[in-house]
Amino acid sequence: MSISDWFKARESRRYTALDGDALARAEVPDGVWTKCSACKKIVYDGQLVENVRVCPHCGHHFAMCAAERVDLLADPGTFAEFDSRVSSADPLGFTGAKPYVESLDAAREQCAMPEAVVCGRAEIASHPVVLGVMDFRFIGASMGSAVGEKITRAFETAIAERRAVVLVTSSGGARMQEGMLSLMQMAKTAAAARRLAEERLPYVSVLANPTMGGVTASFAVLADVIFAEPGALVGFAGPRVIEQTIKQHLPKGFQSAEYLLDHGMVDDVVPRGQLTARVGLVLDYLAGGERR
Amino acid sequence: MTRRYVMEFERPLAELETKLEELRRLDLAQNPELVHEVDELTAEIERLRESTYGTLSAWEKVQVSRHPDRPKTQDYIETLCTDVIELHGDRAFGDDEAIVAALATIGGVRTVVLGHRKGKDTRENIKRNFGMVHPEGFRKAIRAMHLAERFGLPIVTFIDTPGAYPGIEAEERGQAWAIAEALSVLSGVQVPVVCVGIGEGGSGGALAIGFGDRLIMLENSYYSVISPEACASILHKDAGKAAEMAGCLALTAEDLVELGIVDEVVPEPLGGAHRDPGAVMSAVRERVLGALGALAAAEPAAIAERRYERLRRIGVIAGDVG
Repeated sequence: MSISDWFKARESRRYTALDGDALARAEVPDGVWTKCSACKKIVYDGQLVENVRVCPHCGHHFAMCAAERVDLLADPGTFAEFDSRVSSADPLGFTGAKPYVESLDAAREQCAMPEAVVCGRAEIASHPVVLGVMDFRFIGASMGSAVGEKITRAFETAIAERRAVVLVTSSGGARMQEGMLSLMQMAKTAAAARRLAEERLPYVSVLANPTMGGVTASFAVLADVIFAEPGALVGFAGPRVIEQTIKQHLPKGFQSAEYLLDHGMVDDVVPRGQLTARVGLVLDYLAGGERR
Repeated sequence: MTRRYVMEFERPLAELETKLEELRRLDLAQNPELVHEVDELTAEIERLRESTYGTLSAWEKVQVSRHPDRPKTQDYIETLCTDVIELHGDRAFGDDEAIVAALATIGGVRTVVLGHRKGKDTRENIKRNFGMVHPEGFRKAIRAMHLAERFGLPIVTFIDTPGAYPGIEAEERGQAWAIAEALSVLSGVQVPVVCVGIGEGGSGGALAIGFGDRLIMLENSYYSVISPEACASILHKDAGKAAEMAGCLALTAEDLVELGIVDEVVPEPLGGAHRDPGAVMSAVRERVLGALGALAAAEPAAIAERRYERLRRIGVIAGDVG
């Protein structure tokens, strides 16, 4: 079966595309609870959803899926996804411990989305923006050709329509299953971000847990204003790789959002509950002329 | 014969060569029965040399790319460049010896040269951190890129690094930030950028000075999103599968021409560039001058525009076109 046949077969199964109000969301049955991985206390899932997936006991920030991110940031009813069908092929016919096509298939089933990033037009605090959100569940939201293409188109769409860009990043880095095609997406997205900056359109990035490797080292940190979520792990090399290289244990809190703030790498660490208002306020300053 | 570095896959050949040398040290006049043996062994070595080096696997090429005697960035600069003025330091933190920035003239063309710098021996390698760059190294390169643009000098880069350094200080000083900034600046500079892959092209650390308007690679150099060893330990939890992963990652110069990332491949002598560095370096000189010549006439803004279009085309996607 050729790659294109394979993809046609996949298409015919129809994925639930994240589109406007038809966003795929997990239903939350009553009485289901989660143990907070930080404080070990019991949190009811309903409570967790209410509290934007932040532990009400200790403030630990749980992961959010793409749909929840969109809900959190976009003004109600304003999000319209584009490029919803751009997704990964398997250009190298890659087989690691398991074939890449199987990993893609599993991720698409699990997340009910075709690729690790969702991009669309939206308004935030009434500012027209392009909003892109990454979903870590999808092969660690690693950046292959499709993620790189969608991010690049997000910047290009913003330039064409004079919109600001807001991206929420979360990624393990480059998607090694696409080899050098993945690495080159770093240069491609960085180039697109540069063009946005040259157009004097604002770009705000929100670094969510975790943002690592090739995504950090390209478009994620090229923003005009960089926020990070509390406790988010952000860096270039993964902690395990560093430990193996230097043969030492890493200091506590190493590569955390707070550590990056201390070292001057991010503008601020913003709790999720305040995030939307903060991003909106930044846009008030930087995108004032573009407000609707 | 001096002791030389033997790569894993050339060990059988090296053993025969040692044996032949031992035989030749004997007085053949006093041992006429050995003459025949010497002839046979010579023929056998010739056959084995062909089969060992004739077609190298991806993993074997990775080993050749890391050969300690392989010509390094400083060899290219010393051999190909005149009137060299090295530019040290990032003007903020320090001077990273793992990367070199210099004003240099190649075949009469004034350029800014950037390159990863590995050492020739252990002492040099420790000073240069085995070519693994810290943030201040990338920031030095960025400074040189800006300089090149302001004064209209084309940029020539030599890629040879296992990767950006994964360490505590590197993270503290913003390794990812420095690489991202280098990518941003290099994507937009309005002067020609010609890159040459001469050895290892390790991930983001290579890419930071490793893309432009023309990408030339030596036949046995590699360029990869991740080292075969790291890929094997992540996907298989077994670094021993590196050879297999090298084959999967499409990291050789030849593979990358097919993927539309590399423009031209410079052939190497049988066994690798270290067997005849002079010939390889002069071939590189011709290719670089050819590329610079072809790019020289373009308008500054058009150069950056074409580079963007070039990057824009890279990638294979499904599901949607337009």
